[in-house]
Amino acid sequence: MTDPLLSVRSLSIGVTRGSTDPTLIVEDVSFDISKGERFGIVGESGSGKSLTLRAIGDLLPRGVEVLAGSIRYNGTELVGMPRSSRRKLMGPEIAMIFQEPMTALNPVVRVGEQIAEGPRRYLGMTRAESMARAIEMMAKTGIPDPVRRARAYPHELSGGLRQRIMIAMALSCDPRLLLCDEPTTALDVTVQHQVLRLLEDLCDDSGAALAFVTHDLAVVNQTCTDLAVMYSGHIVESGTVREVLSDPRHPYTQGLLDSAPDFDRPERPLIPIPGFPPNVASRPSGCPFAPRCPFVVEACRTAMPPMVTVAPGHGAACIEADRISRELVAR
Amino acid sequence: MIDRLKFIPARLVQSLPVALGVTLIVFLMAHLLPGNAALALLGERATDASVAALTEQLGLNRPIWEQYFIFLTRLLQGDLGQSLTYQLPVTDLVFQAIPVTMSVLGYALTLALLISIPLAALAAFRPGGARDLGVRTYTLLGQGMPQFWVGIMLILLLGVNLRIFPVGGYGTTMVDHLYFLFLPSLTLAIAMCPTIIRSLRSSMIDVLGSDYVGTAKSKGAYGVALLRDHVLRNAAIPTVSVIGVNLGYLVGGSLVIEQVFALPGLGSLMINAIFARDFPTIQGVTLFVALFVVVVGILTDVVYTMLDPRVDFASKDQT
Amino acid sequence: MMSPAELLNARLQQRRALRSRSIKPWYRNGALMAGIVIVGALVLIAVLAPLLAPYDPIAQDLRNTLASPSAEHWLGTDKFGRDILSRLIWGAQVDLRVGFLAVLIPFVFGSVLGAIAGYFGGWLDTILMRIVDVFFAFPFYVMVIVLVFIFGSGEASIYLAIAAVSWVSYAKIVRGEVLVAKKQDYVTAARLGGMSHGRILVKHIGPNVLSQAIIYGMSDIVMDIMAIVTLGYLGLGIAPPTAEWGSMINDGQEFITTQWQQATIPGLMVVVASLGLSFLGDGLSDLLSPERRK
Repeated sequence: MTDPLLSVRSLSIGVTRGSTDPTLIVEDVSFDISKGERFGIVGESGSGKSLTLRAIGDLLPRGVEVLAGSIRYNGTELVGMPRSSRRKLMGPEIAMIFQEPMTALNPVVRVGEQIAEGPRRYLGMTRAESMARAIEMMAKTGIPDPVRRARAYPHELSGGLRQRIMIAMALSCDPRLLLCDEPTTALDVTVQHQVLRLLEDLCDDSGAALAFVTHDLAVVNQTCTDLAVMYSGHIVESGTVREVLSDPRHPYTQGLLDSAPDFDRPERPLIPIPGFPPNVASRPSGCPFAPRCPFVVEACRTAMPPMVTVAPGHGAACIEADRISRELVAR
Repeated sequence: MIDRLKFIPARLVQSLPVALGVTLIVFLMAHLLPGNAALALLGERATDASVAALTEQLGLNRPIWEQYFIFLTRLLQGDLGQSLTYQLPVTDLVFQAIPVTMSVLGYALTLALLISIPLAALAAFRPGGARDLGVRTYTLLGQGMPQFWVGIMLILLLGVNLRIFPVGGYGTTMVDHLYFLFLPSLTLAIAMCPTIIRSLRSSMIDVLGSDYVGTAKSKGAYGVALLRDHVLRNAAIPTVSVIGVNLGYLVGGSLVIEQVFALPGLGSLMINAIFARDFPTIQGVTLFVALFVVVVGILTDVVYTMLDPRVDFASKDQT
Repeated sequence: MMSPAELLNARLQQRRALRSRSIKPWYRNGALMAGIVIVGALVLIAVLAPLLAPYDPIAQDLRNTLASPSAEHWLGTDKFGRDILSRLIWGAQVDLRVGFLAVLIPFVFGSVLGAIAGYFGGWLDTILMRIVDVFFAFPFYVMVIVLVFIFGSGEASIYLAIAAVSWVSYAKIVRGEVLVAKKQDYVTAARLGGMSHGRILVKHIGPNVLSQAIIYGMSDIVMDIMAIVTLGYLGLGIAPPTAEWGSMINDGQEFITTQWQQATIPGLMVVVASLGLSFLGDGLSDLLSPERRK
């Protein structure tokens, strides 16, 4: 097997502002994404999935920092790299699509120019060439009448079109890794589906790898090949989508599956996970899911369970991973 | 763009009542003078004949609405009356003085932007940091300094001690003007900066935290390019209206600064007229300055519209 | 749906807001304390001027004019041989008094008009706001200078001139606040409960609205002091020989090359006074409307 495109090791992210002792939001997260892979990161709001993604793109909000760990892109360490050289990767190597296409586009710049900015900076294009590139990308993302639309301002376009503009912008410099932060959450369900299809097709065409953050297991099931489930700043389960979703070993993953509607078995009742995720500032010691876990044992409360391999390429951070599999079968 | 500027005629019409109100107030000023205005202007030792003549000249013996009507008709013909001291049409005096005042104002605004933009950016990039603290201290101090005193201090520092800049006068050529007007303009700029920096700093902090700046960063923009392409224009939008609202106040300040640097502008014209009790000239300058503020209000809307494509005064007026 | 980053931002802001809120006792409010100390010191100097000033501020000594700072005259003497330190101290009395008193008329007059316009709305509101627009067209200094000329010299005419110009700001602020307050549920409830307009204005809307007017009033005092000093500088203010900072700057400007302190120090006093009042205003706004602070 070749080296992964992106390799995240023991990444910890915390709030550093306003206190001497930083609050950890993401703790000891590790995963790999190989070339052309579609990797999903699933979790609730506050699980740290978005911050993990933003850390890869050096786009953490003010006051939030990578505290420890390593992010290697194509063999190069990104943590600690000077900001100017790191920003040069953004666009031609790594690109990002945000959740809210309304606020993520500059309201006072024509969308064509916003797409053309990257190609002009990196591909050495003139203004006219980069505009042609922008229009080409808009056509590729299925925007009708791209020549006219390129002169529009974001507020003049619909949500679906705006997200297509974001995609055109992200892919305009042929990146090898595309970071997506809930790219379809703000869209109507029908548009959601189209946009996901489009993303998949374009990534297949260009061979770009996808890191896809979402709270929606169904989206991951449709789009991704591999996934990691995050809970309260930790990866609690990871593996191929097929493995994890058919044989979940962490009680949280199970809870997520049980609480989401299943279109193959519409008669199955939805079972919500009892309780709420812990506050980042007052996380319990041990497994953060322990207070809500139906399988909790005493050992869960003392230390964070290590990630154990339950099947080839499938890991779960749960002491009771084996028993949970049996319980599931028994049910 | 052209479409969205179609609001201008309607906006001009909307300003008419305000402009009319301005003329009314300027007109009524003459009637606020205690007792007989002519007597008040000429002083206690005026002869009856001269009082009568001035009363006639100012039209004070007619009914008040008729006087206002005459005042307006003359105004529309560009007639603001005769200056009592210079025996010249007030319009001529005002138009002679306008270039000086407007140059100082434009020059000062340019300097103020050149100072404010980098300072605001410096403060906004790390709010709460040492630079931010420094910039905020300056805005606090800057607002507390009387403008004319700042002028005197600049004369003391740059004109007297370092002998870099002339401390008064206006010069004759364009280059001369730029050189002579530097200190007065800098004085006015120092008065403008705190307001501009405050507004620009807080809007820059908002913009820097916005999603689209995140997008710009994800496209590889950083440093000056990020500031120029994605922060400045967005942050400028609220600042434009702040400048527009405060320009009137600053025009007032510039009139006082002219006095410090002995510039032959509207300020000196007005102050001299006050000491000479030359009421038509006082009225003329006041009227011009107020109408200028009304025009600035319209200009602010135009600039605002050009900067922000989301604003559409034109369609708002139709509904 | 909020992304975690947004959520985090919101939480951080919340915590910051909580910290700056008046849960913190008033004496821990840095700006307020700085304001109280500075303004308090100035007021003390002004009140105790007869005791503090070493000389009579208007007594001339033509044998000792333009003296440099010395043990007898700490800040030297002016062109009439008057002691500058004494004039500075007495000047505090004049400038602060006029500054504080000048806000009173426009504060009351403008607030009442603004409250009535905002509360009753309709044609009354339209007319008043048109008048406000007209007044806003006249630059502050220009209008004050012209009005002082019209009303004649003297302290009373300064009060009148400032009142005639600055009532519009209070009217505008209070009207805006009343418009907001009027829509609050508790006001509707009081109205439905049969409370009269007057009582609602005084009991329910007044207190909230007033705090905004007071906060503006603090910055207005600064502006009024600036106006008085400017008038004094131009020779249109408090008549000489009364000691006043603005006219002191004017007196000193002539001798800027030889006696720089004459024009510099009165200006510094103005800076200190407005700094103190700005702090006081910031502190008060923290105290009175914490939720509005960013």
